[in-house]
This record gives sequence, C-alpha cells and structure tokens, in this order.
Amino acid sequence: MTIDGTWYLTLAAVLFSIGAVGLLVRRNVLVMFMCVELMLNAANLTFVTFSRELNDIGGQVAVFFVLVVAAAEVVVGLGIIVAIFRRRPEATADDANVLKG
Amino acid sequence: MGALLATATLPDLATFVVAAVICVTGAFGVVLSRNPVHAALSLVATLFGIAVLFVEENAQFLAAVQVIVYTGAIVVLFLFVIMLLGVDRRERVIADQFHGQHYVAGGLGALILAEVLLLGTGHWSTGARATSGALSRPIPNVDQLGRSIFTTYLLPFEITSALLVVAVIAAVVLARSHETSPLEDTKDKSPGDATAEREEVGSK
Repeated sequence: MTIDGTWYLTLAAVLFSIGAVGLLVRRNVLVMFMCVELMLNAANLTFVTFSRELNDIGGQVAVFFVLVVAAAEVVVGLGIIVAIFRRRPEATADDANVLKG
Repeated sequence: MGALLATATLPDLATFVVAAVICVTGAFGVVLSRNPVHAALSLVATLFGIAVLFVEENAQFLAAVQVIVYTGAIVVLFLFVIMLLGVDRRERVIADQFHGQHYVAGGLGALILAEVLLLGTGHWSTGARATSGALSRPIPNVDQLGRSIFTTYLLPFEITSALLVVAVIAAVVLARSHETSPLEDTKDKSPGDATAEREEVGSK
C-alpha cells in the first residue's frame, strides 16, 4: 500500500503557499520568477496525485503540457528581464512601474 | 495522522518523508536566501524532490522529464541570466516597500494555505473515472502517456509546437539591443551580444 493521496496534496499546498509568500515578499525579479516556478510545481504534484487517485492518465498529460508551457514562459520572461536590466542595471520589481521602458 | 500513515510500507514512507523534507527545505531556501544563485540552487533541490515523488506515484516519464527540463534547462537558464546580469547585487529580504508588507504577505499566505488545504484534504474531488484512459492497464507508463498524447490530445500537442516556435522568436527579439536601428544592428553588434542570444535560444 502506498502513501495516501492526502499527504501529497498537503505537501503541494505547503509548497504553493511558500511560493506565493515569496512572490509577495521578494523584490528581486529573478527570485520572484523562481517562486512562480515553485507554485507551478506544486500544481504539477497535485495533478499527478489526482491522476493516481482517480485512475486517469489525463492528469499526467496535463503535467506534460504544463512543463512545455513553463519552458516557453521562462524563455520569454527571462528575455524581458534581460531587456529591462540592460537599460536600468539597478532595477527591482518596484522600479519597473511604467509600460514604456 | 497515524491512521493515514499506517497503511504505507516502510520504504514508501521513508521515500515520501525524505523527499518532502528536501522539497520544503528547498522552497524555504528559494524564498529566504539573499543571493539569487543560492535561491536557484535551492530550487534545484525542490524540483529534484518533486521528481522523486513522481517516481513514488508511478509517473516515471514525468520524473525523467522533470529532471531534464527543469533542472537541466530552466534552472541553467536562470543561472545563466543571473551570471549575465551580475551576481554581486544583494537584496535586503526584510526591506518593506510599504509599511507592514510582510504582515500582509504572511496573512495572505496563511489564507492561501488554509484554502488549498481545505480543498485538498476535504475529499471534494468528483471521483469521475478514466475519461481519457485508465492508468491501471498493464502497459508501461511511457506507452500509455504517448498513446494518450498522440490520440486524445493530438491537437493541443500540435499547438504546443507552435507555442515553442513563438517563444524562440520572442526570445531572439527581446534579447537584442534596441539602441541601434535594425540596419546598424547587424553591422556593429558586439560579439558578446550575439553569443548571449545564441546561448539563450540554444538552452531552450
């Protein structure tokens, strides 16, 4: 018998909350981005757990697509961050407050 | 708590506890470390712990992809950008943008945790069974996932490829310098910039 799914869901909830608090507290754009990745992974863990509990491959397919979209998101996001930092080397998340750079 | 854990065998229990501790420690490391490089390395610990949990839940293909894509590509890309922008800039983690920001953030975090825990442990999942293929058929995990992706989810899969092409083009457009016009841009671009762009697209 394996671990009950509730424990995986609890762990995912804890990871998601830590990521959310980090996103609210930190001011370094890169670290905020890492916190987003943390929240995405907590959601992935939930998907896989429900996939096992409901005996359905769909949850694992969803995780597969989340991985691909996360890769694309990271590339575009880091491109934006590099573009911002090239103009203003000392910028934090609070300094980027106008749409026109 | 004891009743829930009593059904598990000892190896399963040990794997889960160790992986969970690695995950939570890494997550705290991401949020609390001042140096972005340390945050990225803590993120690797968390992602690896989640890969272990995927194996424990019989999702072997996703565990492998998790290690290859996340720790092999995404975190390396993070580290690359940190190095590109300079690592010596440190941030005061305790600097509030407005008065009491940390209390508000902590309160919101507690609220989110309570809500997700309630949803996760309240047994509110519908219990609808196997609409896209049962997991318990006696074929390997990779076979099953492949069949599902190339039959039921074929259209989303094709759209994903278009998304990746768009992301690659966007990365190239965003990473080039905007100070010069496109014509001069090709002429007097410094070799460092060109390498950076190639790296960025390559590690994708």
